[in-house]
Amino acid sequence: MNAFARLLDRLGFEPSRTNKLRLMTEFFRETADPDRGYALAALTGTLSFRHAKSGLVRALIAERVDPVLFALSYDFVGDLSETAALLWPAPNESIGVGGEINPPEPTLSEIVHALGDSSKSDLPGKLARWLDALDETGRWALLKLITGSLRIGVSARLAKTAVAGLGGKTANEIEEVWHGLAPPYLDLFAWMEGREDRPDPSDPAPFCLAMLAHAITEADFEGLDPAEFIAEWKWDGVRVQAVSGQDHQGVRATRLFSRTGEDISAAFPDLIESLEQIRASGFALDGELLILREGRTQSFNVLQQRLNRKTVSARLIAEFPAHIRAYDLLRLDGEDLRSLPFAERRRRLESFVAAGASPRLDLSPVVAFGTWAELAKARLEPDQFGAGADAQAIEGVMLKRADSIYTPGRPKGLWHKWKRDPFRIDAVLMYAQRGHGKRSSLYSDYTFGVWREEDGARRLVPVGKAYFGFTDAELAQIDRYVRAHTINRFGPVHEVGHDESQGLVLEIAFEGLNRSSRHKSGVAMRFPRVARIRWDKPAGEADSLETLSALIKSGV
Amino acid sequence: MTPGDLLSLTPAGLYCPAGDFFIDPLRPSPRALITHAHSDHARAGHGEVLATRETLDLMAIRHGPGFARVVQPIEPREKLVLGPIEVSFHPAGHVLGSCQIRLSGKRGTWIVSGDYKREADPTCAPFEAVPCDVFISEATFGLPVFSRWRARVEIEKLLASAQLFPERAHLVGAYSLGKAQRVMAMLRAAGYARPIYIHGAMEKITDYYIKAGVELGEIRKTAEADRATLGGEIVICPPSALQDAWSRKFPDPVLAFASGWMRVRGRARQRGVELPLVISDHADWDALTQTIRETGCSRLLVTHGEADALVHWARGDGLEAEPLRLAGYGDEGETALAENV
Repeated sequence: MNAFARLLDRLGFEPSRTNKLRLMTEFFRETADPDRGYALAALTGTLSFRHAKSGLVRALIAERVDPVLFALSYDFVGDLSETAALLWPAPNESIGVGGEINPPEPTLSEIVHALGDSSKSDLPGKLARWLDALDETGRWALLKLITGSLRIGVSARLAKTAVAGLGGKTANEIEEVWHGLAPPYLDLFAWMEGREDRPDPSDPAPFCLAMLAHAITEADFEGLDPAEFIAEWKWDGVRVQAVSGQDHQGVRATRLFSRTGEDISAAFPDLIESLEQIRASGFALDGELLILREGRTQSFNVLQQRLNRKTVSARLIAEFPAHIRAYDLLRLDGEDLRSLPFAERRRRLESFVAAGASPRLDLSPVVAFGTWAELAKARLEPDQFGAGADAQAIEGVMLKRADSIYTPGRPKGLWHKWKRDPFRIDAVLMYAQRGHGKRSSLYSDYTFGVWREEDGARRLVPVGKAYFGFTDAELAQIDRYVRAHTINRFGPVHEVGHDESQGLVLEIAFEGLNRSSRHKSGVAMRFPRVARIRWDKPAGEADSLETLSALIKSGV
Repeated sequence: MTPGDLLSLTPAGLYCPAGDFFIDPLRPSPRALITHAHSDHARAGHGEVLATRETLDLMAIRHGPGFARVVQPIEPREKLVLGPIEVSFHPAGHVLGSCQIRLSGKRGTWIVSGDYKREADPTCAPFEAVPCDVFISEATFGLPVFSRWRARVEIEKLLASAQLFPERAHLVGAYSLGKAQRVMAMLRAAGYARPIYIHGAMEKITDYYIKAGVELGEIRKTAEADRATLGGEIVICPPSALQDAWSRKFPDPVLAFASGWMRVRGRARQRGVELPLVISDHADWDALTQTIRETGCSRLLVTHGEADALVHWARGDGLEAEPLRLAGYGDEGETALAENV
C-alpha cells in the first residue's frame, strides 16, 4: 500500500501530463498482479466500498483527538482524509522507546478484499490497525481511497492511457473492451504484456466516448461560413447517452449513461422501460435529459429534483417524468455511424425517432438561420424562433459543422456552444468560509446579499453563495479582506462587516433565477459566480431585492 | 486584556502604559521595542527603536539607515529599566537576532514571544524558556495538524530529489530573511558540498549572515551565472520568484517551497509546488504547547495566527486564555499566503 500511496502522492504534485503518464506506467510495470489491477480500479473510480464512509473516519478520529481541535483542523485543511491522516497518532511515536514493531503494512489487494468482506462491525478495528501500520502518506492514501475521492488530477482516461503504454496500445483500444472488464483486470494486463489475446468485449450496450463542444463568442465568428453549420438549441438539461443492444443469447440490455460514461440507468427506470419498447436490434443515441410536463419542457431547477439519486420513488417518477431530446445517433442495428458526417447522422436520427414513436423520446429541432446575425437573434429570443414556451429550458445554441464526424473528446473547430449571456447583479459580501481542495484554508466560499426594505430600514438579505469566478490573485485579495474585516465568527463561518458604510461589493454573474421557498430571500440563483470585485463601489449602492425579483417576472 | 494589565491593546499594537513603549507596533510610534526584523514586526518610521544589534542591522538593510530617529542596541538578557518596568530580551530561535521580550513589574512578569521556534537552527541562538505569569504567544501554526516538524528529513528529501534528477535545477522558494540562510546552513550540515546559488533579492541579507559568523560554505550569485547551465544545482530564491519568468530560464526546474504550510497538500497545489518541504521558522503545535507549559504561565494571550485551537487547548490545560486577534502581523507574517513561514 505504501508504494501505491507514494504514487498517488507524487501524482498529486506533478503538473505535467507526460510525467504523470510516466509515473503510472512505471508503477504498472513494476507492481505485480493483483495489486496493480486494484490500483487501476482506484484510479479509474471503479472501486466502491459499501461500509467505508466518511462517518467511519470521523468516528475513529473522534476516539483519538479532541473534537474541537479536530473541527478547527478540518476547517483549515479542507479535506477529511488528509486531516485524519495528519492527526492520527503514530503508534511508534506514542509508544516511544521500547522497540515495538509496527504491524506489517497491508497490501492494496488485502485492503480491497477485507473491505469487501467485512461486516460493518469489524471494519473500524481493521481500519485502525492499517492506519497504525502505514506511514503518514500511506494513511492519507488509504483514507482517500476508501472515502472514494482521490482528487489527484488523474482522469480515468489518463490511467487507461498509462496502462495502454505498457503494451504499445492506445487508450481507445482499451475503452472498447473496458465495459467487459472488472478489477483486478488480470486479462487486461495479460493482453498488454502480450501473454493473452484481447479480452472479448461481450457488453451488448457499451458507452461511446462523447464528443464535446468548444465555447464560442461573437468575435470568433469571423471566418466561419454559416452555410457549413447546422444549429440546434442548447437545452438546459443533462447530456446523456441512451444505448440498447442484444447479447449472443438475444437478451436485450438498455442503459443510460452520463456524459462521462457513468451508468445512471437505475435512477431512470421510467425512461429505460420506454426506450426498451423501441423496435431496433440496437442503438446508441446522444441527447439531453429533460423533464416534460404536458408537453412543456421544464427548467433545470425542476430537473434537478431527479438528479443524483441512486434509486427513485414512484411518486418522483410521476411528478418528474424523464424525457430524452435526441440530437445525434452513433450506432444503429450493429452499424457504427460515428464516421459519417453530422448531416447524414442527423437524417438517420430523424427517421429513427419518427419510426421509434416513443412518447419519451423526441428530436431536438434544427434552428434555421442564414446569417450569424439571424442566429444571434434566435439565441436572444428563442421563443420567437420556434421554441415557443420551451424557451425557458434553452441556454443558448449549439453549432455543429455539417461535415463533422463524431470524434471522441473535444476536437477543435467542429462543434461550438454559444451560451446566452449571463445575468449580472452587484451584491455585498456578507459571510465567508474556507474552501476545500486547492482552496483549502483560504476564505473562498462567499455568501452575498442584496438590499431589502424592512420596517422602513434597508437591510442586506443573503441571496446566494459563490465560490469561483475569481483568479488566484483576486482570491488572495479577498482572503486578506475577509481576515481584516471579520466582525463575528460562527464556527467556521466568518461574518464580514456589511452595512451602508462598509462592505465589499461583488459583481455576481448567474444563469437564471427561480422562486425558492427554502431561501429567506425567496429566490435561488443558478450557477452564480464572482464576475468582478467592485473595490470601487460603496456597499450602499449595491442592487436591491426588487431588482432581482423583477428579473423573475421578466421570465428569467 | 483589562485595565491595569502590564500591556494593553491599542490600534498600533501592544502598548505598555507604565513604561510608555510599544512592542512591534504596526504604526509609527515614539518608542518601539522590536522582537525581530521581519517587516510585519519591524516597520520603519518609529522615533526610538530598541532591539538586538542584529535586528537593528537587518532593519537598516531592509529599510535603509534612516529607518528610525534613534536606535538603541540591546544585549540578550541585559536588564533595562523603563519607568517602573524592568525589561530584558531573550533569544526566540526564529531568525538571526530574534528575541522574546520580558517585562517585569509589580503586577508580575510578562513575556511577549514575537515569533519563535524550538527546532534546531544553525543560523541563530536557540529559544530560551523564561518563567513568567503571562505568556503572549504567536500561533501561526496553532493547529494540531501542524506537528512533527522535522526539517532535517525535509532537507534529505531535497537532496534525494537532486540526486534523482541530476539534470534538473532545484529551485527552493524560501523567505529571504532567515529561512533561506537556514536552508543553506542545513544543506551544509547534511554534507552538501556543491556551491549553493542564490537569487539577487537575498544577496545583502545572506552577506550579513556570513559576516555575522554563520557558516554557509560557497555561495554563488545567480545573477552572475548563466541560468541555463545550472542543471543539477540547488538555487535558493524568494517564493514569489518560483512563478516568475526568472525561474523558466533554468533547465527543467523542480519547484520546491520551504514552508510550514507545505504540510497541507492544498497549499502546495495552490502554488504549483512539485516538491513541498515542510520547513518552518515557527513553532509547530507540539512546540507551542510544550513552550506554554515550560514558561509556567497562568495566563496565555495569543497575538496572531490560528488562535482558537491554542486557546481551547490552554483552557483545557487549566490556563486562563484569550485570543488578541491582532490584525496586521500578516502583510508578511501570518496570513495563509505569507512567505516567511
